[in-house]
Amino acid sequence: MFGFLFKGVLRDKTRSTFPLLIISAGVMITIVVYSWLNGFIEMTIQENARFDTGHIKITTRAYSEMSDQKPYDLGLVNFDPLIDDLKNDYPEIIWLPRIYFGGLIDLPDIHGETKAQSEIYCLGVNLLTGNEEISLLNLRKALIRGRLPSQKKEILVSNELVEKMKIPLGSQVTIISSTMMGSFTMGNFKVTGTVKFGIRAMDRGTAILDLNDSQSLLDMEEAAGEILGLRKEYNRRINHQISENFNRKFSNPDDEFSPVMIPLSKQNNLKNLLQVIDERKNYFIFVFIFIMSLVLWNSGLMNGIRRYGEIGLRLAIGENKHHIYFAMLMEALFVGLIGSMIGSILGLGISYLFQYKGIDTSALLKEATILMSTNMKAKVSIHSYYIGLIPGVGASLLGAAFSGIGIYRRKTSELFKELET
Amino acid sequence: MRIFLLIITLLSWVLNLYCQFPDGEEILKKVDANMYSESSMSTSRMIIQTRRGSKTMKIKSWVKGEEKSFSEYLSPPKDAGTKMLKLEDDLWIYDPDADRSVQISGHLLRQSVMGSDLSYEDLMEEAKLYELYEAIVTGEEKKQQRSCWILELKSRKSDEAYKSRKVWIDKDRFLPLQEERYGKSGKLLKKTVIEEVKKIGERWYPIQIYFKDMLKSGDGTYFIIDEIEFEIDIPAYRFTKAALRN
Repeated sequence: MFGFLFKGVLRDKTRSTFPLLIISAGVMITIVVYSWLNGFIEMTIQENARFDTGHIKITTRAYSEMSDQKPYDLGLVNFDPLIDDLKNDYPEIIWLPRIYFGGLIDLPDIHGETKAQSEIYCLGVNLLTGNEEISLLNLRKALIRGRLPSQKKEILVSNELVEKMKIPLGSQVTIISSTMMGSFTMGNFKVTGTVKFGIRAMDRGTAILDLNDSQSLLDMEEAAGEILGLRKEYNRRINHQISENFNRKFSNPDDEFSPVMIPLSKQNNLKNLLQVIDERKNYFIFVFIFIMSLVLWNSGLMNGIRRYGEIGLRLAIGENKHHIYFAMLMEALFVGLIGSMIGSILGLGISYLFQYKGIDTSALLKEATILMSTNMKAKVSIHSYYIGLIPGVGASLLGAAFSGIGIYRRKTSELFKELET
Repeated sequence: MRIFLLIITLLSWVLNLYCQFPDGEEILKKVDANMYSESSMSTSRMIIQTRRGSKTMKIKSWVKGEEKSFSEYLSPPKDAGTKMLKLEDDLWIYDPDADRSVQISGHLLRQSVMGSDLSYEDLMEEAKLYELYEAIVTGEEKKQQRSCWILELKSRKSDEAYKSRKVWIDKDRFLPLQEERYGKSGKLLKKTVIEEVKKIGERWYPIQIYFKDMLKSGDGTYFIIDEIEFEIDIPAYRFTKAALRN
């Protein structure tokens, strides 16, 4: 019977073409949107973790209250023993002390007078000791011109700012800022390279310098603004658990300078963003199945009308109503499966293309201050392979189930009269 | 008739009250005469109390009229050698570590000086109060056991750092014992209290002032003048950019 029905679907194109087109298109859209949302979530987590939040972050309690302002004057002091403890307790996590600070970058002329000056956002990281920050910030890939710093007093500056200020590569610039205790401070640095991260907020005007250089510039010996903790993979539940354990052990609510650990999802309003996207994703799939069901119900009804005579004849020659209904459901299942397969192939193909190439959204994010890549990429996961089946097969079956109810309203006594007409 | 009499009585009472107060601008001129000098040289300390603790900075300053001033930070070691030069509305800062001087301008002038509760604009304000503000006397009150006039000042120019001020002026010594400085929105931005005064020559001069930036955490900044000399000769070289490097 199944073989008979399957052949019927394939051979009777008037019966299957329209539903197949609808299902394929629907499944394709579902997979592309699902993968794109996955990509968006993953990129948001990755970009924020790499540049700002870590998977978990340690600051002082006072710092965490104003963390959006990066108040490094309220940062962690003498953090080495703390990192040693953390390395013992959580050997699988990489701990990265950082200092974020703002200031001015000043390019002198040959007389030492200001030639060009601009505001700058500085990121002090371990550039000269270890390779973790270089790979985490993807600095080799982000490097547009020049080379990475190899010794003290060397910095990388955003390519856009270097071009705007016309800073020659290899020239000396002065960073002007305030020390941890608020004093005025200046430091001379050699620009060894320019970088572009593809993140609008970072590309506008950022300098990356070694943590030790930042500490000596800001009078923060053995101090850091924050310590980022990164695991191999993001896991919300484990991050929360680690944070709770850490805070129980090290944090003192009565001491504003005691350390506190905050998981990624509790920073930068990311909790709301990730939750909303997660909810919207499910909501989108539900709405999509519902709309597809309505379309296929309508298509089933049209089929029912077109096949009114055929069903009547089948009833007249004695075929059971349940059998016909079951056969229609089976046909819908085949149409759903075939449509889902076609849609999945197309959807996965497009998603893989977006995953590889991405979409340039720099025009939309021109004034954006959030850490979001301007090249939005999709992310094909294992779920992307079957997510299309839910609306594809489900809606097709639901449509057939609704429209097939009409079979039970047909009266055998009136069939011959109907067939005569 | 009764109402008319009541109005007349009220008016004469208000007029009487008003006449009791001296002219605000005259008081301001006397304050300026007391505080202002053609030139001065001082050694002072700035005790800055932040959330993290306090630090003391020692500063040597030279001032000539309203337009020129030069300061050198003597301690702590991290800040020693930092110099500031003000020429009219321009301010340069020299950092010995970088061996560079840069001009501070625009919104940066509103930033804190060395983490204190004073801004660069506060530091640059050498002009006489009378030239900057219109003043009216609104009452009298005792502050630090001394009788004071309460003056309300409104800026004459629109770009002044503080749109208005409320000042308690010592009636006898013409010193602004307490002051509240307000922004354009009417928000209280800064408070100052003169905690100690000293008679130097013919003038009463504040030697310990407490500053509190109301938008900043911390316990405020004390500015203490240890030594001061007025009306002295200062070589013209002191107020040049070349002096920053020497």
